[in-house]
Amino acid sequence: MIEMTNVKKAFGPKVVLDGVDLKVGKGQSLVIIGGSGSGKSVTLKCVLGILKATSGSIKVDGKETSKMDSQEHHKMMNRFGMLFQGAALFDSLPVWENVAFGLIHAKKMNRKDAHDIALEKLSRVGLAPQVGDLHPAELSGGMQKRVGLARAIATTPEVIFFDEPTTGLDPIMADVINDLIVDSVKDLGATALTITHDMASARKIADHVAMIYEGKIIWHGSVHALDNSGNPFVDQFIHGRADGPITKNAAFKAA
Amino acid sequence: MTDKVLTSLKHLPNAAMDICETTGRTVMGFFAVVGRVAGFTGKALGHVVRPPWYPRLFLRQCLDIGYYSLPVVGLTALFTGMVLALQSYTGFTRFNAESAVAAVVVLSVTRELAPVLAGLMVAGRVGAAIAAEIGTMRVTEQIDALTTLSVNPFKYLIVPRVLAGTLMLPILVLIGDIIGVFGGYIVSIYTLGFSPGSYLTQTWDILEYMDVVSGLWKAAAFGFIVTLMGCYHGFNSGRGAQGVGAATTYAVVSASILILMSNFILTKVFFS
Repeated sequence: MIEMTNVKKAFGPKVVLDGVDLKVGKGQSLVIIGGSGSGKSVTLKCVLGILKATSGSIKVDGKETSKMDSQEHHKMMNRFGMLFQGAALFDSLPVWENVAFGLIHAKKMNRKDAHDIALEKLSRVGLAPQVGDLHPAELSGGMQKRVGLARAIATTPEVIFFDEPTTGLDPIMADVINDLIVDSVKDLGATALTITHDMASARKIADHVAMIYEGKIIWHGSVHALDNSGNPFVDQFIHGRADGPITKNAAFKAA
Repeated sequence: MTDKVLTSLKHLPNAAMDICETTGRTVMGFFAVVGRVAGFTGKALGHVVRPPWYPRLFLRQCLDIGYYSLPVVGLTALFTGMVLALQSYTGFTRFNAESAVAAVVVLSVTRELAPVLAGLMVAGRVGAAIAAEIGTMRVTEQIDALTTLSVNPFKYLIVPRVLAGTLMLPILVLIGDIIGVFGGYIVSIYTLGFSPGSYLTQTWDILEYMDVVSGLWKAAAFGFIVTLMGCYHGFNSGRGAQGVGAATTYAVVSASILILMSNFILTKVFFS
């Protein structure tokens, strides 16, 4: 469904993605793990077309995204949903309108029907209908994430992207969000691409895991094979050890 | 030839090289910014004529930019008209030309002061707010969220603001013209002892259609500049609070300078 081949992305002289190769099959849930600054968010933004890759190929259903015209890109985005790290809710709009935003503007649904669907999606992520009339600034971080998830699933997308879905949440709320993600993806039968450095979240959400390091995918396999990857970088990362090849390289670079 | 130039450059003292380098970099940077602003403007104008449009957002911006700026523009025009009457009276009495006060007030207000001062006040009120709002949306990934929801950020954020600014500022200035002339009238009648009838007659007699219309065209240009600068700097805001703060400052400063520059050009076009 999504195929990245030798994708490179540089910001001036700084190379962030250095030849990413990745495949996500239909209905699969792939989690990309990696440290801060390893290129996880840039990978996601390149697939979404928010950032333009410097070189390489990104295909969605066999279609090269860089060659799509604006209408084709618009159609592709209609099939996508995205939960942002900070929820990225529109703070000038009430919660229900945030959730219904894609329905009103992209699917051209009338506001009344969109309102009803928004409340239904809110209840699906465990929020009462009254929350719909509040503004995002009045919600806690966990509630904002739930609203963000409701917005991501409101248009029943075929592919959902999750950008650090549990960052900044307490462990219980993080687990609640993980469960909601798993349920939502299962209900929709959607393909999911998640980036995170929270291993508990990765183990819960993923069918497959890929690790990105210095702009390259250095390991890719089933979530069950994660503990026996045989890759010292993956081992250090999943066990959160201070000593290992990742920190050794970082120390070498700093010197 | 090039080698000769390079060799002669090598012999320049370091300080001179530094000056050349800094000047070159500044000039290149200036043209790069001009190019980016031109590209942004072209893109914004391209989206004005292509659907989808967002009338609800446009009307909200009209309210924000037009209606809520009315007190600021009204007060500015009122006091400007009052001061203008006082100043021109004290100046003109030196050569017995007090009767020109009404003409000076109405021409200065309609041609220059109402559009320029309204433009500068709106730059401070609206330009800053637009840059801060869009800049915060950039920093908090709300603009990326628009893209993922299949909504073009240019159509949703930029077009309604720029259109509303361009259309609302002439209306504000027209109201400002009336209030400014009224301010001059109040001072002239109640402080300087002019006769109400003759003051109004003088005002009406001197005023020409072009005096008002040129001011309104200027206002439209200033409204476009203010909202475009707010949108451009907000859209390209740097990260964090500092980035948004800088975007707000750039929006107000660049809009103010462009207003004064374009005022000269437009005045030359209309009156020479």
